[in-house]
Amino acid sequence: MKFSYYPGCTLKTKAKDLDAYARAAAVALGVDLCELPEWQCCGAVYPMAKDEIATKLSAVRALMNARDLGTDLVTLCSACHNVIKQVNNDMKTDEDIALRVNNYIKPDVPYTGETSVLHFLEVLRDRVGFDELKKKVVNPLTGRKIGAYYGCLLLRPSNVMAMDDPENPTILEDFIRAIGAEPVIYGMRNECCGGYVTLENKGEAQRRSNVVLESAKAKGADTVVTACPLCLYNLKKNGGCDDVSVVYFTELLAEALGVK
Amino acid sequence: MSHNKNAAAVEQILRSSGVDVRKCMRCGKCTATCPAFDEMEYHPHQFVYMVEKGQIDKLAASPSIWHCLSCFACMERCPRQVEPAKLIEAVRLSVIREKGQNHLKPEDVPAMLDEDLPQQAITSAFRKYSK
Repeated sequence: MKFSYYPGCTLKTKAKDLDAYARAAAVALGVDLCELPEWQCCGAVYPMAKDEIATKLSAVRALMNARDLGTDLVTLCSACHNVIKQVNNDMKTDEDIALRVNNYIKPDVPYTGETSVLHFLEVLRDRVGFDELKKKVVNPLTGRKIGAYYGCLLLRPSNVMAMDDPENPTILEDFIRAIGAEPVIYGMRNECCGGYVTLENKGEAQRRSNVVLESAKAKGADTVVTACPLCLYNLKKNGGCDDVSVVYFTELLAEALGVK
Repeated sequence: MSHNKNAAAVEQILRSSGVDVRKCMRCGKCTATCPAFDEMEYHPHQFVYMVEKGQIDKLAASPSIWHCLSCFACMERCPRQVEPAKLIEAVRLSVIREKGQNHLKPEDVPAMLDEDLPQQAITSAFRKYSK
């Protein structure tokens, strides 16, 4: 199973764990993640405006490279996934954006959204299969009560992201079961942690992150898992709830597979 | 703002966002679900009807545009697919695209950093707050 892999800027710096544990787990699962030979930062937030072209180019270049390599494109960071998948949808469905982007890049073959974008969680669910994953677990996390934190970017907008039911998702809970732990369902699992406002408005990020962690704690979670470096930062730094640990889902995956 | 200039501003917001404000039925679900509700002067549903009424100046001058988290909750949960977040983004862009109107300046960033802050936070804040 060979894929092009887009790590993104933060996985090379502050979120090296998210990347390293995924790579180790991928080897154990027979998944070949080939980092794109060249990639640029996706910009971290999807440029929503119809007249934003330059801010979409780096995502298009990654998508186009994956197409030219004949592979699906795998992402890991929730933000990269959201940006790249939404830009891909623009290239597929918005003729005006596709025309302007292709005019700018002038590729040998115009790009019109041909690449399939998969989050690593989707690789685990749809390509490896959670049942197969379960068979390869050597160190099941029995007794752990883990809350899935989807945040906003994995699921929304659901008509484009199409990963799961945006209000009643199961992919992370099924993952948690596959590694032998018990998923904890809590109300705020798909609400925002405060995101980038932490930079200039700590109070707002603290209020948002606290709401999420208190909700998970009230339902008995000892751990919350995320796929997003900014969610991890906000929940840990701004959440102010020491009873619940916050980790990347890939860390638990690597632990369960005995490759941590 | 003169009548013509204001009409042009509304037209630009609508074109840039791709939002059809006339689809809104004023149910307020976008505002009810907004995690930044308490931080905002004007709420998502107000962006929709104030753009429709041509009140761009008030929205552009409001700190509300810096509080939107771009979490897509309002877009996901709107029963009429109005997509208020795209309107807020278009108003924010109309502000920062003007010379000298960057909300986040590079020289302010070092004081905001701590050792754990992910690059993603800085990149996204620049995308949202500056041109």
